[in-house]
Amino acid sequence: MKVSYFPGCTLKNKAKDLDLYARRSAEVLGVTLEEIENWQCCGGVFTTSNDEVATKLSSVRALKEAAAKGQPLVSVCSACHNVIKQTNHAMQNDAFFASKVNNYMGQEPYAGETTVYHYLELLRDVVGYDQVKAKVVNPLAGKKIAAYYGCLLLRPNSTMQMDDPENPTIMEDLIKAMGAEPVVYARRNECCGGYVTMENPEFAKRKSLDIIENAKAAGAEVLVTACPLCRYNLQKAGTDMPVVYITELLAEALGVKEVTNEQ
Amino acid sequence: MSSNKKFLQEELTRMSGVNPKKCMKCGKCSGTCPAYDEMEYHPHQFVSMVESGDIEPLLNSKSLYRCLTCFACVDRCPRGVEPAKLVEAVRLVAVRKQGANHMTANDVPAMLDDDIPQQAIVSAFRKYTK
Repeated sequence: MKVSYFPGCTLKNKAKDLDLYARRSAEVLGVTLEEIENWQCCGGVFTTSNDEVATKLSSVRALKEAAAKGQPLVSVCSACHNVIKQTNHAMQNDAFFASKVNNYMGQEPYAGETTVYHYLELLRDVVGYDQVKAKVVNPLAGKKIAAYYGCLLLRPNSTMQMDDPENPTIMEDLIKAMGAEPVVYARRNECCGGYVTMENPEFAKRKSLDIIENAKAAGAEVLVTACPLCRYNLQKAGTDMPVVYITELLAEALGVKEVTNEQ
Repeated sequence: MSSNKKFLQEELTRMSGVNPKKCMKCGKCSGTCPAYDEMEYHPHQFVSMVESGDIEPLLNSKSLYRCLTCFACVDRCPRGVEPAKLVEAVRLVAVRKQGANHMTANDVPAMLDDDIPQQAIVSAFRKYTK
């Protein structure tokens, strides 16, 4: 099957790995990620105020492109997914906001018809983790992997609707499908310090160290995330804990990590 | 309450969709806030100060730029008050004033290193700048 794909700014630059491993792994699983044309940066964070229109237009453009092709819209970056999903929710539920957007954009009015998936949801709900498991050629047996969710994948839960926001399993179940052992720890859905690292890196370091120490105490050997900013903050904490993208492990389990690296 | 304070209070309520009167003062928002130690005014104080119309101190506080918008307070509030949305509205009122941007493009180069993702820069700009 083919789905529309919104890579986002960071996946074209500092997080190329996250993008390339995701595309190649999806191909193995029978899904082509079709990058939408002329996409624009989502802005990184959703502005919750209902009188903010301009900051949400790039997401609406992406959603409309997917709607025109009759495809769901998929992102791998946790931030892009959060912004696009919250924007779509606003287009569905806030008629005043939607009317301002549609008046500005012209053409066909859009009312949130596109289905928005995070890459993990695509694997769980469309492909199916049993199918992922069936395609694993290099099981990550014996690895103790701790999923780090952070804030953007799960919250606000009323809109994101991905998983139980306090006891998620979407990444742990994928880790199991890849043949590894998931490590559950308390701080997996607490914030890493996010963009405040720009002004106050010491603060982000404290937040990230709390997370890493908690995961280490639970027996983790490696942390996985789907967010470039989480990965940056966790790595900058300066510990020996490896932090990798979930798509890298997936490519490894599916046996396509090497060929992706040669691209 | 002066008419100016009343106007600002109504504006913040309208922008955020938050009704501060729903708050039962349990403090869970501040208890779960990852930026609590960095803030002069904490999430529960944003709610109570907007309710009482004491908004000027919030507009001038650096606390506006410490909120991570991680939505922990939004999801964990037992009354569905959604404090982060109120913090966002106050921050917007502050930075929408001419010349009141908290960060400018000239500030950015000094904050960069070789690894920092683009996402950090655009996110900070969206929060701190109009």
